Amino acid sequence: MSKQNSSNKISRRSFLKGMGSGILSTATLTTGGLLSKEAAARILGPEGEAIRGRTTITLTVNGRAHRLAVEPRTTLLSALRDRLNLTGPKEGCDRGHCGACTVLMDGKAVLACMTLAVDARGKTITTVEGLAKGDELSPVQKAFVEKDGLMCGFCTPGLVVAATALLQENPNPTLDDIKEGLAGNLCRCGTYPKVFEAVQTAAKSMRKGG
Amino acid sequence: MAGWKSLKDMTVLSKPLPRLDGPDKVAGQAKYTHDMHPKGLLYAGLLVSPHPAARVVKIDASKVRRLPGVKAVLTDVHPTGTVRYAGEEIAAVAATSPEVLEDALELFEVEYETLPFVADIDSAMQENAPRVFANRPNIRDPRVRGEGDVDAGFARADAVVEGEYRTQVQTHSTLETHGSMVYWEGDELVIYDSTQAVHGVREGVAKFLDMPVNKVRVVCKHMGAGFGSKLQPGRYTAIAARLAKETGAPVKLMLTRKQDFLGGGNRPNSISHVKLAATKDGKLTAFYAKTYGTAGIGTNAGIRLPFIYTIPNWKHEHYDVFTNAGPARAFRAPGCPQASFVMEQLMDELAEKLNMDPLEFRLKNDSNATRQKEWRLGAKKFGWQRRHKKPGADTGRYKRGMGLAASIWWPGGRGTKATMTIYPDGTLDVKCGTQDIGTGTRTYMAMVAAEELDIPMKRIRPMLGDSNFPKSGASGGSTTTPSVGPAIKNTSERAKTKLMDLAAQFLGVPATDLAWDSGTVYMKTNPVKKLTWDELCQLLGTETLEVHGQWVEGLSSRGVAGCQFAEVTVDTWTGQIQVNKIVAVADCGLILNRLTTESQVNGAILQGISYALLEERHMDPETGTMVNANYGDYKILGAKETPAIEVIFYDEPERGVIGIGEPPTIPTNAAIANAVYNATGVRMYELPMTPDRVLTALEAHQFAGKED
Ligand code: FES
Ligand code: FES
Repeated sequence: MSKQNSSNKISRRSFLKGMGSGILSTATLTTGGLLSKEAAARILGPEGEAIRGRTTITLTVNGRAHRLAVEPRTTLLSALRDRLNLTGPKEGCDRGHCGACTVLMDGKAVLACMTLAVDARGKTITTVEGLAKGDELSPVQKAFVEKDGLMCGFCTPGLVVAATALLQENPNPTLDDIKEGLAGNLCRCGTYPKVFEAVQTAAKSMRKGG
Repeated sequence: MAGWKSLKDMTVLSKPLPRLDGPDKVAGQAKYTHDMHPKGLLYAGLLVSPHPAARVVKIDASKVRRLPGVKAVLTDVHPTGTVRYAGEEIAAVAATSPEVLEDALELFEVEYETLPFVADIDSAMQENAPRVFANRPNIRDPRVRGEGDVDAGFARADAVVEGEYRTQVQTHSTLETHGSMVYWEGDELVIYDSTQAVHGVREGVAKFLDMPVNKVRVVCKHMGAGFGSKLQPGRYTAIAARLAKETGAPVKLMLTRKQDFLGGGNRPNSISHVKLAATKDGKLTAFYAKTYGTAGIGTNAGIRLPFIYTIPNWKHEHYDVFTNAGPARAFRAPGCPQASFVMEQLMDELAEKLNMDPLEFRLKNDSNATRQKEWRLGAKKFGWQRRHKKPGADTGRYKRGMGLAASIWWPGGRGTKATMTIYPDGTLDVKCGTQDIGTGTRTYMAMVAAEELDIPMKRIRPMLGDSNFPKSGASGGSTTTPSVGPAIKNTSERAKTKLMDLAAQFLGVPATDLAWDSGTVYMKTNPVKKLTWDELCQLLGTETLEVHGQWVEGLSSRGVAGCQFAEVTVDTWTGQIQVNKIVAVADCGLILNRLTTESQVNGAILQGISYALLEERHMDPETGTMVNANYGDYKILGAKETPAIEVIFYDEPERGVIGIGEPPTIPTNAAIANAVYNATGVRMYELPMTPDRVLTALEAHQFAGKED
């Protein structure tokens, strides 16, 4: 006989929940958006307990401030998708493996599924919805369309945002730079060859000031 | 009924056009099932069995029900109470937020009586192995096919090769998991589903729920890929519908990534004991294969041998083997990548024995006229003559090699209906109950209408992914384009006829006196008497014109060939295989959109590389569950493993439209395996060709060499 009461499941959130301050200092997970020490202390308190309950926060997304109720464990991805109905960032894995949820936080690409919503307070967040100016697509977005850097398109928002961040840091990337910069984004349809072309095209047009 | 225009007369079709839904997709505005978020939405989830074989004794959901925010719980979702694979649905819950859902799923208390299991094919085939189905042996009766006299064929051969080849279980792992968002409008059920078959899901769910088909509507405007795993209705849809009924609220139920790995479909593995023979002038004489494959608790784990070759004497016995694992589903070219791995390597082995170039050997045994030309074309573009004549010729750590392999596919078009609605302002809608699973269906629907009616694309609104639209089949088997393309052409032609009738009435002449050119109707005898498209549409007054059309014979055909060439570098210290380049020659008759077709071929090749080098479902023999059911541990090709790809289209527009989604994924693994042999002199008999397997093979080879 066996009893299942899902306590054997270790989700990221219960993992975060279980991280007392002692464990935290030796935590080796280094993913960009993962809970910082300070943030954990703030959320968990000394006992590492206060993971449930609601709190109201303000998030600045695509130039607008939003007040929303979240739980301390709510990810930025869930806050964007489930609270603000900004469903551009996609959930492919919910644990930092696929890059579909990539957004810009203070200009840097982060995985929204590995970032807690409360940790995004005071930061400037840009989702894929915020890249276009009105109806005018960004150079990266235009190039993705023109070169067909997408098929089903589920990975596309993540790739577009990652490519945007890449070109901000490196306006003139080599093919290897592009591959490296997009290594965290999984496309199951296999659009990479066209994505590489799109990023090169976008780089060119941005250098020309397009 | 007119055929397609000639390629040189086409102004829209067969050009490389960006897909119409591109802007929505890159801007994050395209709404997938997972993105549906109506007011009052409830988040639903499944509790699945952690055990590969068990009887459910008791499900205690009292704690779940007491949790604030839980709106409905179902504990009767398993049809029999006997679990046959880890990942089967046991219970379901709908809650007001993702957080409550997460908590709720932790509060179920389920008592199982665990049973003996077999989670992999080797244990399932052992004598006295636990049975997956109590009343049936694990190894099913064989399916035997063949022709000629195999013994005689082997007897008269000059060279024979034989061996055992193995391929792995591969999971579809679409980026959007399976799932639905559903709500009720009175007694009518609306389903947003991530599916490859809106009509199929409508019929399936109506049956599950025992309700009239016309009260179910299935919508899928965008979906995060399928590759065959989303051809059938899901139990999760019916569960979501029940939860929505009970709560009176919209309910979204998406499988988690892990659940998708466990139960969302897979490509069966294969174990092939094979033997192939030829005469010394290079003609195949006989082939024999005994194969096994597991589709988990499902069937159809077959492998399409003897692949593309015409052999006078052959026999193939195949055995499906049950295991306690998630059922296989159709996966891009079912049974074919496995077959190419086996057959194309055997062909190379035999060519070597006969002292013949692998390409020359194929040319002698490939009866397909198109592929005969493609082999030569590809070899030239690829530079086949640069290939090492002697395997393992490079000295030092890194060794380069080249290989080739063929592809094949069969299905063509079939019944599909479409409707066109023309508005007085000259715009029009084209509706078809098909799906765009990332293949560009929406875009070529508009292209076909634009080409036929000679009007700008932007006036056309292609509409699909709705079971209220005219019926089309599932997007599978590479049948969509050869079905939908002709249906839209036929509908456009009928629209033209109707508009000409209108013009005839207006001009007071018989329609036979009129002709259509560049979107204009004119009198044959007096061409200045004409009506432009806009004027024609204005004749409708305040009415719209509805035209119905369908797939007809003569605009599509079946059967494609194709071949691929691979160049690899093997790092003999680490066992790492790097694919440097793939050259693919692909044919699919009349290509409707060169840009999106090229994307499809690229994608098929990349999935082929991923299958060749990385992907493998690992079942833990102790727990009987998949240990790498996440994107971190189940390796899939990414940007860094993407090589240079050159796609060469072999145009055969006279054949009409043929699908291309599947065939280019078939040869890639075998072309790579043959290239690895050419690089190292070591043959890889098992997929995926991971560094550890390569090193083991290299070592065994070295050791064998020393013993000689
Ligand atoms: S959803 Fe965030 S990385 Fe996959
Ligand atoms: S386009 Fe489908 S996952 Fe990338």
